[in-house]
Amino acid sequence: MMAKIFIDDKPYEVDGSKNLLETALSIGLNLPYFCWHPAMHSVGACRQCAIIKYKDDDDKKGKLVMACMEPVADNLHISIEAPEAHAFRAGNVEALMTNHPHDCPVCDEGGECHLQDMTVMTGHNERRYCYTKRTHNNQYLGPFVNHEMNRCIQCYRCVRFYKDYAGGKDLDVFAAHNDVYFGRQEEGVLESEFSGNLVEVCPTGVFTDKTLKKHYTRKWDLTNAPSVCHQCSLGCNIIASERYGTIRRVLSRFNGDVNGYFLCDRGRFGYEYINSKNRIITPARLVNGSFAAITAGDAVQEIKAIINTENNTIGIGSPKASMESNFLLRELVGPANFYAGVPAREGKLIRQVIAILDNGKVKTPSLSEAKTYDAVFILGEDLTNTAPMLALSLRQAAKNEPNEIARAVKIPDWNDAATREAVQGATGPFFIAAAHDTKLDDIATGIYHASPDQIAGFGNAVAGNINRQLNFVAADAEIEKLSDTISAALLAAKKPLIVAGTSLYNEAIVQAAANIAYALKDRGKDAGLIYILPEANSIGSALLADQYLEDAFAQASPKEAKSVIILENDLYQRMDKTATDTFLQYFTNVISLDYLENATTRNSTLLLPAGTFAEADGTIISNEGRAQRFYQVHVPKNDVRSSWKWLAELMAAYDSSPINLDAVIDRLTAAFPALQAIQYVAPSAGFREDTQKIPRSPQRYSGRTAINADMHVSEPRPPADPDSALSYTMEGYVGIPPPALTPFYWSPGWNSAQAINKYQIEVGGELHGGNPGKRLFEPDPNSKAAYFNSTPSACSPKEGQYMVLPLYHIFGSDELSAQSPAVAERVPQPYIALNDSDAGKAGIVEGAIIEILLSGNKKWLPVKLKMGLPQGTAGLPKGLQETAGIIYPFYTTIKIAGND
Amino acid sequence: MFSILRSIWLTFIHMFHKRVTVEYPEKKNYLPPRHRGRIVLTRDPDNQERCVGCYLCAVACPVDCISLQATEDENGRRSAEFFRINFSRCILCGYCEEACPTDAIQLIPDFEMAEYNRQNLVYEKEDLLIDGQGKYPGYNFFKHAGVDAGVKAKGEGIDEEKPVDIKKLMP
Ligand code: SF4
Ligand code: SF4
Ligand code: SF4
Ligand code: SF4
Ligand code: FES
Repeated sequence: MMAKIFIDDKPYEVDGSKNLLETALSIGLNLPYFCWHPAMHSVGACRQCAIIKYKDDDDKKGKLVMACMEPVADNLHISIEAPEAHAFRAGNVEALMTNHPHDCPVCDEGGECHLQDMTVMTGHNERRYCYTKRTHNNQYLGPFVNHEMNRCIQCYRCVRFYKDYAGGKDLDVFAAHNDVYFGRQEEGVLESEFSGNLVEVCPTGVFTDKTLKKHYTRKWDLTNAPSVCHQCSLGCNIIASERYGTIRRVLSRFNGDVNGYFLCDRGRFGYEYINSKNRIITPARLVNGSFAAITAGDAVQEIKAIINTENNTIGIGSPKASMESNFLLRELVGPANFYAGVPAREGKLIRQVIAILDNGKVKTPSLSEAKTYDAVFILGEDLTNTAPMLALSLRQAAKNEPNEIARAVKIPDWNDAATREAVQGATGPFFIAAAHDTKLDDIATGIYHASPDQIAGFGNAVAGNINRQLNFVAADAEIEKLSDTISAALLAAKKPLIVAGTSLYNEAIVQAAANIAYALKDRGKDAGLIYILPEANSIGSALLADQYLEDAFAQASPKEAKSVIILENDLYQRMDKTATDTFLQYFTNVISLDYLENATTRNSTLLLPAGTFAEADGTIISNEGRAQRFYQVHVPKNDVRSSWKWLAELMAAYDSSPINLDAVIDRLTAAFPALQAIQYVAPSAGFREDTQKIPRSPQRYSGRTAINADMHVSEPRPPADPDSALSYTMEGYVGIPPPALTPFYWSPGWNSAQAINKYQIEVGGELHGGNPGKRLFEPDPNSKAAYFNSTPSACSPKEGQYMVLPLYHIFGSDELSAQSPAVAERVPQPYIALNDSDAGKAGIVEGAIIEILLSGNKKWLPVKLKMGLPQGTAGLPKGLQETAGIIYPFYTTIKIAGND
Repeated sequence: MFSILRSIWLTFIHMFHKRVTVEYPEKKNYLPPRHRGRIVLTRDPDNQERCVGCYLCAVACPVDCISLQATEDENGRRSAEFFRINFSRCILCGYCEEACPTDAIQLIPDFEMAEYNRQNLVYEKEDLLIDGQGKYPGYNFFKHAGVDAGVKAKGEGIDEEKPVDIKKLMP
């Protein structure tokens, strides 16, 4: 519904369902605000967005109202510029400032502080109050977030995000009136996996990034690149920033179709491994048992010679590496010699997921669209740990059904306080079938804990309820009852969403989830189906290869000495140690392209330093099938570069001319026409805005004539970027670049991240130029996809043995982020989780050390109980150093250590 | 004719005027304290480095010749890890001093910095830091700021109340 309103006597056509603050900002007017947030809407707490509202055309006086709490109405007259409104806003800021500390020079928010911006905007520039200031003590909040409570302006955004939006329990508001305090009940690590968003949500410097503090740099001095998080399969959009050759921080990059305004803490704080001392920064050759650095030219010549003398070098790709790098390795060694860098069980599962996405029978919604579903059924995923931001999206989805209560009494969606009052914390239909407790249990309306096969059987029973033609029956009466409840709820919903994934390595779960979604679709429901995959480019790398690590291991033999090129992949993380040792020993030359020293690089003979997402360009494909481009942040002063650049140098075909990203993508899409969309993910390197490149640094970037002056007083020429339309300086186009090429947000008067308002067509909505990324799989109304007829064995645990399942940890299960110092503080110690009654029967108590057989080796681990594991199963934390290389699930025996 | 003679006369009597040319460098002119010459980094009344590494001078500099990195000691006190001014670029405009919120960076009445080798015009922190307060004595930023950086405890600064007891019930 459109409405016509008059702001300061100028007419505007606006969306009638919004409030006046959103409307004014969407038009592009500057109206100060603090407590309103586009993702969390209005509560009217800060009184900063005051405007004058007139009764009608003749009303000359009007009354002062808060724009964020007033709906748009047809023929409404308001004024932002009226002197009374102006004076009120300036007075409000002046009042807030009476207690504000004299901190800006040492405040990490300075230069991107919403409070600074709003203070300047209201025109308050002289302190008249000269009495004492209130002070607060700070709290230690863990390795991620710094606390400086003096700077608080009581806007309540932090608790509204932390508690209401993200479901956190340990941050709250204390005390009263002038003394209100935002913190924890007592000092301690913030428990929420989304705590880092406080840094961006808080309009002041109360909550700031502790990892940035270690090497503090102001926003204006950072060189930034639009990038994509590589730490799980969701592909959240990020801005990564550099100064003096190291990566300083990661911020959320708004993508209305993916992560919106937020990130999880693994994505935000897991970047520090890029600056690690263990980085491989120069090519090296193994001589007499230790690595000796060689020049890039020598390394390339040497490897070229190796490849030319024997014609069947094999290549092992990686789900962590970009499409471009995987593709060029495949070209270099030939498709027959190229292997996806994952075990077969995982690889086949990923291809199964791709087949389901590809048939298009049901829609796979984006991360952001997941928020619009009103009934959710999760099968076998611990989302908070395997796909954190999806857990955050689903928390919002759980509010949709109860929010109808508020809508029924005509409370508009943007009125957050009233909506919450009406809903009283109720949640909509939300079901979880998992192998153990998960952090989403608090909003679940039904929970089922079972072994992976039983979860699949349960899923099929739900599908059988929805589509009676399917021949699935529930295992027992209790399960039948729960599956009835779930199927009824899914059928009653407007938009039911099914979520599953590969984390339990169970094909039957993947298929059962599809069965439910298909059944709903066949009953005419607008169903959604989301799969979670193991890594950032799992889908992409699986599209390029259908041979797996086992195949590579099987074909290697001592008779024909060959060479292997391993791309950004630590095989010891994925395969059994002994098998990997044997495999690598078969090769005369083991050439690794990697970022960090690891077991595989230590067993290599030649190393090439590969760029992480911060030093490389490329494309990765997220779990949704969205191809997204990430760009190099800076040109390091060492030999680190994109893997595909190394590979291009090794390829004879590219000998003559230097090859750039676009050329690789052209070749890739020529070889894989189905991946054509990758070409259109972002503008090509030749793109110019107003004849200019897009600068990676803001206009105010400082120190250009001094940064390198210690080495040489004449300024070096800034590096060129042949691969993108971005430049490495602050020179270039000033204004709003295409969204896929937006390295930072800034607009006159808006120095904080909230300048994003100016980059959106409508605040909180799509970006000018469309949300970046191209989806490879779209729903197909004519899809004839068939149901899966798998009937998983109702696997009863083997007598005297435990089925060991992987347990995921947001901090720890991803090997790279776990090597970032701040994240490392949160990585759990290795343990083994047991079912409580199993443990009781065996006389095992919490913390007891038990002996377990892991790939033939005895290991001793402390026991954890109360994790909700079903009987007969045990769990090990996935991806820790101590649990690397395990292929799940497996059966094993355990016993109390010392009892023989 | 008359005007030529007048000009000659006027030129002639100049010989008896007071000389304005100063025999620099034998004689040196008086430069007022606010003269904008060589840049120094000063110390606060407690003899601690005043610079808190806020980057404001660097961003104010129109020729971008200041570069630094902030760091923190164990008490949370900020200072510059390195601080570099490339005087071969500096135009002695004084914007940095104007921008500095702690009175740390100051321009002093010394301009004799000529070098044969341009590289020697790059000054590092040890070349810039002096042992005194310069022309603005008395100011100690951390006594005014809200942060506890080992200079004063929370609530002990100038114009600060004792920290709020958030558990008290009285209004
Ligand atoms: S919160 Fe903003 S206004 Fe307050 S001290 Fe920090 S930068 Fe300055
Ligand atoms: S801590 Fe920040 S977000 Fe929270 S109330 Fe204070 S100013 Fe607002
Ligand atoms: S949810 Fe995944 S992609 Fe998103 S920020 Fe977290 S780790 Fe990165
Ligand atoms: S403005 Fe002053 S306090 Fe800030 S960095 Fe420069 S010299 Fe240091
Ligand atoms: S933004 Fe409207 S009252 Fe806070």
